Amino acid sequence: MKDQTIDTLPRTEPIQSATFSNSVNAEIRRAAHTGIYDIRGGGAKRRVPHFDDLLFLGASISRYPLEGYRETCETRVTLGTRYAKTPIELDIPVTIAGMSFGALSGPAKEALGRGASAAGTSTTTGDGGMTEEERGHSSKLVYQYLPSRYGMNPRDLRRADAIEIVVGQGAKPGGGGMLLGQKISDRVAGMRNLPTGIDQRSACRHPDWTGPDDLEIKILEIREITGWKVPIYVKIGGTRPYYDTTLAIKAGADVVVLDGMQGGTAATQDVFIEHVGLPTLACIRPAVQALQDQGLHREVQLVVSGGIRTGADVAKAIALGADAVAIGTAALVALGDNDPKWEAEYQKMGTTTGAYDDWHEGRDPAGITTQDPELMARFDPIEGGRRLKNYLKVLTLEAQTIARACGHNHLHNLEPEDLCALTMEAAAMARVPLAGTDWWPGKAGF
Amino acid sequence: MQTFDLEAQDLRALNTALHAQAETLSQANWEVVNAKGSHAIAVGLDAPIEVTVKGSTGYYCAGMNSQAKVHVHGSAGPGVAENMMSGTVIVEGDASQYAGATGHGGLLVIKGNASSRCGISMKGIDIVVHGNIGHMSAFMAQSGNLVVLGDAGDALGDSLYEARLFVRGSVKSLGADCIEKEMRPEHLEILADLLERAGADAKPEEFKRYGSARKLYNFDVDNASAY
Ligand SMILES: Cc1cc2nc3c(=O)[nH]c(=O)nc-3n(C[C@H](O)[C@H](O)[C@H](O)COP(=O)(O)O)c2cc1C
Repeated sequence: MKDQTIDTLPRTEPIQSATFSNSVNAEIRRAAHTGIYDIRGGGAKRRVPHFDDLLFLGASISRYPLEGYRETCETRVTLGTRYAKTPIELDIPVTIAGMSFGALSGPAKEALGRGASAAGTSTTTGDGGMTEEERGHSSKLVYQYLPSRYGMNPRDLRRADAIEIVVGQGAKPGGGGMLLGQKISDRVAGMRNLPTGIDQRSACRHPDWTGPDDLEIKILEIREITGWKVPIYVKIGGTRPYYDTTLAIKAGADVVVLDGMQGGTAATQDVFIEHVGLPTLACIRPAVQALQDQGLHREVQLVVSGGIRTGADVAKAIALGADAVAIGTAALVALGDNDPKWEAEYQKMGTTTGAYDDWHEGRDPAGITTQDPELMARFDPIEGGRRLKNYLKVLTLEAQTIARACGHNHLHNLEPEDLCALTMEAAAMARVPLAGTDWWPGKAGF
Repeated sequence: MQTFDLEAQDLRALNTALHAQAETLSQANWEVVNAKGSHAIAVGLDAPIEVTVKGSTGYYCAGMNSQAKVHVHGSAGPGVAENMMSGTVIVEGDASQYAGATGHGGLLVIKGNASSRCGISMKGIDIVVHGNIGHMSAFMAQSGNLVVLGDAGDALGDSLYEARLFVRGSVKSLGADCIEKEMRPEHLEILADLLERAGADAKPEEFKRYGSARKLYNFDVDNASAY
């Protein structure tokens, strides 16, 4: 034993800390170097209970299915039936979520309009106002009424097909917006009445109302300005969905848009994205409960967003009680965001395909989340529109396939009874039985 | 002159009649009686008409106004002339919170005092207040002019951008990034014109000008304590 040196002694294997993982340490080093929090685009990247934790049961002897290629399964949905003279009629229950011009380029907005219109659905403006690209190419355009009121004007208000009062977003409930100077071109600045090249904050609260009683009067004002014609949506981030939905309904909303924590953003602090708000899955049932308690489920429509990717997600959201869903991130990916063909450029920026989220820097190789004319020129809005249309069709076909397999001739006939959960968490949040049981945590009578 | 009695007819009928003037101008002078604090009176107008409101108004009177002249003979509730695009709104009495919020253009005159957050997030509107204004006025104000003949409350012009603030009386405190600035001849000219248009009996030389120090325009961690 004497000749054994310290180098030859048997040792324990190097163990990485689960708490101080390499990525945690990298963030500590980044913070120590820069002195500023990390800002990024996208939604929560951590795994949270989601639609993947639910399964459809399908039909058998106790339920019979519909024939996939013969029997119809309707997909149409009407939004805004409560007060609006002209509700929005959509062919499919998948809409394009509000994404700001400024965060996205003009051609990207055009592509969203082209794709959505071809698929028979609506698009939504975002912070920064309405552009001709999106108005011109969107057969149904929802105009967002945001705290910043950048570009807000009565002319655009009156040429919108619906108005969405944004109270919050799932990625950052309680937070405002941020568009960093790099992306403030002359055009973006002009629309926002601000100097070119400076950081633009969007307030986290509306400047002229606070609380539900004020919101009711604000909705009255907008209805008076638009002659009670178009639906008024209220968009909330997933925080206290039961109470917020109740208050939005009481304030007079035609439609409630509910966005969970996986929902994307153009630019927000990472700590905010990952640590504030409820998973989408946990939001839906309380919101539906609120609608039912007011006797207004299906009369005030519920649009759910935050991490919708597939037709299965669409079907699950609807089965839990949503009337429609909205997509942001998935629409950008369909347009070409994070495409492997730009891998060499992602590498140069210290990232990789699928992980690129520094949209706020305005250097998007795919030319979508940028205002740089050279990068923007890489993006073809006609081709982008075609791809988005295809993707929306696939989402719809997938959702229909599932609905037929569950025996439904309309997507809206999907119901919680069609579902089971793979995990206790998902069972508790979705209030559907754990697979193979008739029980979920919190179910009355147990 | 057409008179509209809000006790006999409802708000929808009033705004419908006023909006119709944007299509065909048939009546340039309107009088609204029995306003009694109703909300959303004369909102979204878009015609060169004059609307006189007798009595005090509730929230958002003359909201999003374009072209029209709306004259309130009383006080105005929260958000009077919010998001105004053009035209003139005159309030004979006092105005509640957020007067002229996010206004893009036009002139708002308040003959009495204005409460907190007057001119919040203003985007090109001109506001002249004959009396005093409350705290957090001109918060995040982007452009346009706010003229105050009396005093300003706490945190005037917090986080403001390119808006110009002119105050004749005292300022209780300035908000983050708001500083007193030199009054140059072009400012005196702007001020003289606004005072005249607002029927205000004051001399431009009696005012001080405040505006953005522009230190918070691009995020810098060394300024973190200012947020
Ligand atoms: C690039 C980008 C910009 C966005 N801009 C806005 C906006 O201006 N207003 C808003 O209410 N939500 C905005 N959102 C959030 C979306 O409307 C939506 O809530 C979210 O993207 C839905 O989640 P998903 O991305 O998982 O589909 C933005 C999202 C993205 C990805």
